[in-house]
Amino acid sequence: MNNSEKFAIPRPPGRRPGQSAPTMTGAQSLVRSLEELGVEVVFGIPGGAILPAYDPLFDSTRVRHVLVRHEQGAGHAATGYAQATGRVGVCMATSGPGATNLVTPLADAYMDSVPIVAITGQVATSMIGTDAFQEADIHGVTMPVTKHGYLVTDVDDIPRVLAEAFHVAATGRPGPVLVDIPKDLLQANTHFDWPPRLELPGYRPTTQPHGKQVRQAAELLATARRPVLYVGGGVLKADACGELARLAEASGAPVVTTLMARGAFPDSHPQHVGMPGMHGTVSAVYALQRSDLIVALGARFDDRVTGKIDSFAPDAKVVHVDIDPAEIGKNRHADVPIVGDAKAAIGMLADAYDPEAPRSRMDTWWEELTDLRRRYPLGYDRHADGTLAPQQVIERIGRLVGPEAIYVTGVGQHQMWASQFIRYDRPYSFLNSGGLGTMGYAVPAAMGAKFGKPDTAVWAIDGDGCFQMTNQELATCALEGIPIKVAVINNGNLGMVRQWQTLFYEQRYSNTNLGTHGPRVPDFVKLAEALGCVGLRCDAEADIDATIEKAMAVDDRPVVIDFIVGADAMVWPMVPAGVSNDHILAARDVRPIFDEDDC
Amino acid sequence: MIDRHSTGPGRKHTLSVLVENKPGVLSRVTALFSRRGFNIDSLAVGETEQPDVSRITIVVDAAELPLEQVTKQLNKLINVLKIVELEPDASVQRQLLLVKVRADSVVRSQVVEAAGLFRAKVVDVTPDTVTVEATGSAGKIDAFLQVMEPFGIAELAQSGLVGLSRGAKSMTSMARSRAALPGVSGPPRPSDRR
Repeated sequence: MNNSEKFAIPRPPGRRPGQSAPTMTGAQSLVRSLEELGVEVVFGIPGGAILPAYDPLFDSTRVRHVLVRHEQGAGHAATGYAQATGRVGVCMATSGPGATNLVTPLADAYMDSVPIVAITGQVATSMIGTDAFQEADIHGVTMPVTKHGYLVTDVDDIPRVLAEAFHVAATGRPGPVLVDIPKDLLQANTHFDWPPRLELPGYRPTTQPHGKQVRQAAELLATARRPVLYVGGGVLKADACGELARLAEASGAPVVTTLMARGAFPDSHPQHVGMPGMHGTVSAVYALQRSDLIVALGARFDDRVTGKIDSFAPDAKVVHVDIDPAEIGKNRHADVPIVGDAKAAIGMLADAYDPEAPRSRMDTWWEELTDLRRRYPLGYDRHADGTLAPQQVIERIGRLVGPEAIYVTGVGQHQMWASQFIRYDRPYSFLNSGGLGTMGYAVPAAMGAKFGKPDTAVWAIDGDGCFQMTNQELATCALEGIPIKVAVINNGNLGMVRQWQTLFYEQRYSNTNLGTHGPRVPDFVKLAEALGCVGLRCDAEADIDATIEKAMAVDDRPVVIDFIVGADAMVWPMVPAGVSNDHILAARDVRPIFDEDDC
Repeated sequence: MIDRHSTGPGRKHTLSVLVENKPGVLSRVTALFSRRGFNIDSLAVGETEQPDVSRITIVVDAAELPLEQVTKQLNKLINVLKIVELEPDASVQRQLLLVKVRADSVVRSQVVEAAGLFRAKVVDVTPDTVTVEATGSAGKIDAFLQVMEPFGIAELAQSGLVGLSRGAKSMTSMARSRAALPGVSGPPRPSDRR
């Protein structure tokens, strides 16, 4: 029986033209705006200044609120949700410390161009500037780490500001937007009118690429002997993976996918030569370094990709496709700049590419790359001391859980191994904090991704250092019914820092031992159980598969697996910071020589 | 690599930036310069003939490529409507100087005479000082200060440079017509991949 029919309360008839807009509070106007914008979830924590908003939110049947345990968790959850679904993620916090706890996830989303909207309560208008209780100028604080921000000054502006915030966050180069609303405005009366008229006279992102530029790029690509498609996160943001596949197959050019673009082009595709950069494959680093034409698609020539920029790809011309004109020529000169949406630009490039262009011109190039792929495949050694190889654990997770899952990582060694040893054949299946490198990203981002994709398995691959920064959100997951899996790659140390200490600081391990091995503080299994999760532990090779399968069988609660792995494993290949990509080390003391006569 | 401080010879550039007249916009603009590592030589801000549009005139010392980068970054700010570089030959640029010069009855006539040569105005006189108001290009203001220096400068205040391009065109109206609001009936929903 339908309860709402049984106890139907007559609703006011729909508003007719000429009638005045419904009267409500600013808080109700905020919640109605979120409903109209199609928001299905808000991650947040209430507090004094935002409290009025939580009252109408309590009644909303369309917007669900997920009560997180720390505002940073709310921010990363919104980011994970946005990255997994392509929709705008929303987080909410109160003024002062609640708002400042959002700064890290906002900066994170800014660096990785993720569309999120943060709504913060502010002290009452009359109190602003008086150092009131829980007052912080969050609009000012977040200016350098957001795409845009608002401090609302008129209650009637709430619907327009929210509509603009969502529009700005999701269009052009996506990014985070902050909306700060003083408490008295949330309590004030207003009229709700939807849709509002956007007032953004200075915001006109260029989306349509210039046809002439595209034709010029297509001509360069059709004659290049050593071309490479350098694919960045913008291809995923633009939902341009189909167009990319078309361009790759039309041209036959090798493809490299950056950390932010893993999965944009299938790892299993024969033209995929790997991830470039500091911990990229030898073949992918070489493909960029020795190319005569780099076609950069939604990528930004980040220092982690280029190494020392003066010596990066010295013989390459550059075609640079980006929706953000400021990226063109920022780090590397673009011979053919194409400003526009990647989906449109790549589709046009594929159409303009001459199908008659002889593929044989790339024969030598492909021979070199294939040879490097064969000689320097990604690999790892089992540990002589019998400890688990972290790479093996991650590889087995990828194999058993499969390509349909979403993998979310923290930052450090485990992040690099997760990018290297799991095969990504599907877009949006690998989420991580690439630009800002935010330790603690994995658990809350996995929570957001799982909320957005409830029918997809979501595995966080985390480190023991990262995990201790944000694991409190497992309580949220347990109580809100968000059954993520967390594989803690526990090497007892801040592994990546330790690796640098091994290589560059004479093995002086200053402050990198976390004690999660020896004294086993904290005990992650007990911690997991205390947080309402299933806790498992694995420290023997023979148990890896069984432990993963055991975790896969649980679907009513989150699962944490404490994988005790060796502390000495290192991430290879590696281009040491600040040196040329020519100096890539395939493994410790193993340096492929990129000289012409060698290849 | 594009080194914002060394690629090509740096020189002074005058940027005329039209922005929405809203709180926080000036902060955003100046914060962007410091975040990207540029020094602002001078800055002037005021309303235009359209009350909802302000003009920020910024003088910055930078080489061509870095200037292009900072201009692009400025253009990305949501509240920035239009940016034009005012070339010295194709624009009028003026600065205001108020300078309090030590001048007793013996040298006062010399100070007043020198001010006259620069078409500057005496705006305040005491037995020991003369305060002079001068307007002009940055070069003229410098020259005038050099002449005043030997008398002894007690205090001075300078405004930021303001400028307009020469000719009949109006930057504000061009910005307005380009920024004509699209008939947005509601915010477009971002693509949903589900």
